[in-house]
Amino acid sequence: MMDFLARLFGRVETETSRECAKNRLRLVLVQDRATLSPRVMEQLKSELIEVISKYLDIDEEDMRVELDTSDSSVALVASIPVKEVKRESVGAV
Amino acid sequence: MSGTAIVVTSGKGGVGKTTAAANIGAGLAMSGPTVALVDADIGLRNLDLVLGLENRIVYDLVNVVEGGCDVQKALIRHKHIENLSLLPAAQSRDKTAVTPEQMKALTLGLKESFDFVILDCPAGIEQGFKNAIAGADRAIVVTTPEMSAVRDADRIIGMLEAEEVKNPWLIVNRIRPDMVKRHDMMNVDDLIDFLKVELLGVVPDDESIIISTNRGIPAVMDEKSRAGRAFLDIASRIMGNDVPIAATLEPDDWFSRFAKWLGISRG
Repeated sequence: MMDFLARLFGRVETETSRECAKNRLRLVLVQDRATLSPRVMEQLKSELIEVISKYLDIDEEDMRVELDTSDSSVALVASIPVKEVKRESVGAV
Repeated sequence: MSGTAIVVTSGKGGVGKTTAAANIGAGLAMSGPTVALVDADIGLRNLDLVLGLENRIVYDLVNVVEGGCDVQKALIRHKHIENLSLLPAAQSRDKTAVTPEQMKALTLGLKESFDFVILDCPAGIEQGFKNAIAGADRAIVVTTPEMSAVRDADRIIGMLEAEEVKNPWLIVNRIRPDMVKRHDMMNVDDLIDFLKVELLGVVPDDESIIISTNRGIPAVMDEKSRAGRAFLDIASRIMGNDVPIAATLEPDDWFSRFAKWLGISRG
């Protein structure tokens, strides 16, 4: 019944205001959530160093880890200068 | 004995936090448990008005925290609901008058003598929020189906998790089934999709809330109030009962009432 009325008044063809709110909110929440507390960020960094150091000799001083937000997605961008590839990592299969 | 402390919060102001806290507290107390309602909104005292207790305040939360008054002396018994007591906020002070540690101690003390301690949290994410949640075992996040309220609720949920108040419950307040039906309002499932928390209840937009606040009688005491019934269901769920949520979601416009009267079901 209501669907029939809705069609009659042409609501179905355009985006409903509910859909509009959902789409806008989705983008906003992606951006709002794209922050880590400094404490968590430091922890992430030090654990990254720990894992990567098993394979590569890296420059911890110049390492950069950030969350990069574009319109609808979030990426973890890390720039980690490598000083040297560890010898035991080279020959390993 | 140790009760459960539940903080009622939202981030955004004006979504019905205080009304929710009053009605949940009253609803719980009406079904048996003893309840202390704590107005943690220091400087913007309002819970007393919703409960109709504004003329009976002698001491307030800050008096208790500063040690000038015993907590039992500051608590005000509700006129009609025997098991319900209110600890009012101070009106002439501000949020910096108490610390999270003091609030934690206060909440712990109240848990000794009450089954439930319901804390009405101020809007915002600053010290007032940190004070109110300091001693809470659980949190209820109140939102409305509006973008700004949902966004703030999302922020608050993140902050609650960071402060170790895990698994918050969600109340969706002021839903308008008629608007949801014509896709002009986000529905409860949309909000749960965004916020990813457990739904505690859905409260319809209901003018009886304004009327009961005018009178200072919580809506749960009015059998005809649909919002009141929704809050009674919420209280029952907090007590661990399995109460279905869908019943409160039927549209209540003239057409639905007319259709119901005719015995027609709508698809």
